[in-house]
Amino acid sequence: MDFTVALAQIKPKLGCLDDNMALAEAAIEKGIAAGADLVVFPELALTGYFLKDLVPEVALRLDSPQIEKLKKLSERISIAIGFVEVSADFRFFNSAVYLEDGEIRHVHRKVYLPTYGLFDEQRYMARGERFRAFDTRFGRIGMLICEDMWHLSAPYILAMDGAMTLICLSSSPGRGVTESEGLGSAAAWQKLTTTTAMFLNCRVFYCNRVGYEDGINFWGGSEAIAPSGEMTDRGALLEEDFVLAKVDGGALRRERIFSPMMRDENLAITVKELKRIDREKDC
Amino acid sequence: MGGLTVNTKLLRQILVGFVRDEVYKVGVRKGVLGLSGGIDSALVAYIAAEALGPENVHAYCMPYRTSNPESEAHARLVAESLGINFKVIEITPMIDAYFNVIPDADNMRRGNKMARERMTILYDHSAAVGGLVLGTSNKTELLLGYGTLHGDMASALNPIGDIYKSQVWALSEAMGVPSEVIEKKPSADLWAGQTDEQELGFTYREADELLYRMVDQRMSREELIAVGFDAAFIDNVARKVQGSHFKRRLPIIAKVSNRTIDRDFRYARDWGK
Repeated sequence: MDFTVALAQIKPKLGCLDDNMALAEAAIEKGIAAGADLVVFPELALTGYFLKDLVPEVALRLDSPQIEKLKKLSERISIAIGFVEVSADFRFFNSAVYLEDGEIRHVHRKVYLPTYGLFDEQRYMARGERFRAFDTRFGRIGMLICEDMWHLSAPYILAMDGAMTLICLSSSPGRGVTESEGLGSAAAWQKLTTTTAMFLNCRVFYCNRVGYEDGINFWGGSEAIAPSGEMTDRGALLEEDFVLAKVDGGALRRERIFSPMMRDENLAITVKELKRIDREKDC
Repeated sequence: MGGLTVNTKLLRQILVGFVRDEVYKVGVRKGVLGLSGGIDSALVAYIAAEALGPENVHAYCMPYRTSNPESEAHARLVAESLGINFKVIEITPMIDAYFNVIPDADNMRRGNKMARERMTILYDHSAAVGGLVLGTSNKTELLLGYGTLHGDMASALNPIGDIYKSQVWALSEAMGVPSEVIEKKPSADLWAGQTDEQELGFTYREADELLYRMVDQRMSREELIAVGFDAAFIDNVARKVQGSHFKRRLPIIAKVSNRTIDRDFRYARDWGK
C-alpha cells in the first residue's frame, strides 16, 4: 500500500504540556490537510527533553485527557508521539504511543536510557523492558526511541518480530562541529538510519526535534529511508520543518525479493548462541 | 590541526540560533554587551546583530583613563560596521573613587574591580533597555580561568563559551569582523602594552592545541607527551584548569534539607520556556 508519512519536526517548550499539545494538534491538522496517513513526532514531543525534576509533573497516564484527545484525532490520521508516561505504580517512562482508528495500538517504553556525557535519563526515568512489533494499517511496525536505535539488537528484534517499518522518535542534541560539512551527531545518525534500513530491509521513519534547551541544540534533519537504505526525504537542519514523504508500498516487496536477508536470517542459531553467551558470561 | 578546524557556516548557524532562541524565550528581544575593542566581544556583537537585528543590540564601551585609545576606536569601528547601538561610558570616576579609599591595591585587584564595575554597568543597562547580558568569554579563557569572576565572566548567556580562541579567530573571519580587530594581539588592556599571551606565558594557539586534546579528546598525560607536548607545559595548563574550576561553578550551598538547590532540586534553566 502506498501511503504518505508526515514527520513533524517541532520545537517543544520545556515542561509546557498545554503548549506542546497545541503544537501537536496543529501538526496533526496540517498532516490531515496535506493528505498524510501517518504523522510521526519526536521523542518527548509533549514535554521537551531536559526535564530533570519536572518528569513527575508532566507525566501522563494512558487514560489522561491528552491521550484521549490524540486517540480521537487518530480516527483521521495515525499518530506516533513521544511523552512521559506514568504507570499505576508511579514509575515514569520515556514512552512513545502509536494511535490509530481511535485506539492505542502500542506503547513503547524506551529501553536504553542514556546516562553518559550530557545525558541523565535513567536518573529520572524507569527502563522499558521489551521491544515488540505491532500491527497497523501500514503493516507491522516497530517503534524505537532515540538511544534504542544505537543498540543493534533493538531494531533486529523488531525486524525478527515482523516489523517492516521502523519508527524512531528522537531528541538528538547537536554536537561535534568539525571541519566537515555536517554536524557530527547528524552524520552519525544518517549512517545509522540508512544502514539499519539496508540491513533489515525495513523502511525507517526518523523524526528528530529542533530548538534549544539550556543552550543545547537539537538538530532536526528528520528522515524517511526506503528499505534499500536510500534516504528519500530529509527535514531542514536546526529549523522547524514538516516533512511529507510519499512511501512506495511496492518498494519493500521488491527489496525483499532482491535481498532476502530477512528470509534467510536464522533465528534459531541466534537464540542458541545468545543463550550460550549468556550462560558463559559469568564463568 | 584537524580537531580545532571548524565548519564556520554551521557554527554560525548554531550560535545565531542560540542567541535568538534563548533571548526570545525570556520574553525580551534585545541583547546587551560590552564592546572592548577586542575580538571576542566583536564576534559576539556580530552574532547578536545577526540573531536579533542590529537595532536590538546595545553595545557599551567602558574605558578607564589608562585604557589604550585604540580599544575604543576598534569598538566604535565594530559598532559602526554593524549599525548597532553604541555608547561610551567612562569608568574612571567610579574606579578612582574606590581606589582613593583603598590606595594600596595592586594591578590584579584594580583590573578585577574594573571588570566588575563594567559588568554592573551592563546589568544596569540590561534592565534599562530590557535585554539580556551576552557573555564574551571563550572556551580557552574559561578553561584557563583567565577572567574575572562576576566580572567579564558573568552573563545571562554566552554564545562563544564552547569555542576555543583559534575558533573565535576563524569564525570572526567568516563573519566579517574587521581585520584590524582580528589581527591585533589579544589584550585585556589592563596596562599599557599588556598582552594576554605575555601574561600567560604561552600563546593561545599552543594552549588550544593542548586543551583540545586534554579536554575534548580526553588524552592522558602520557598520550599528550607521546604526541609531542612538553611535560612542564602540560602540567602548567592542567594546574590552571584545575585551580580555576571554582570560577566555573555556582557557589556551593551547605546541604541540610532533603532537596537542596542544584544538588537534588534540579531543573533546566529553560524550565517552562
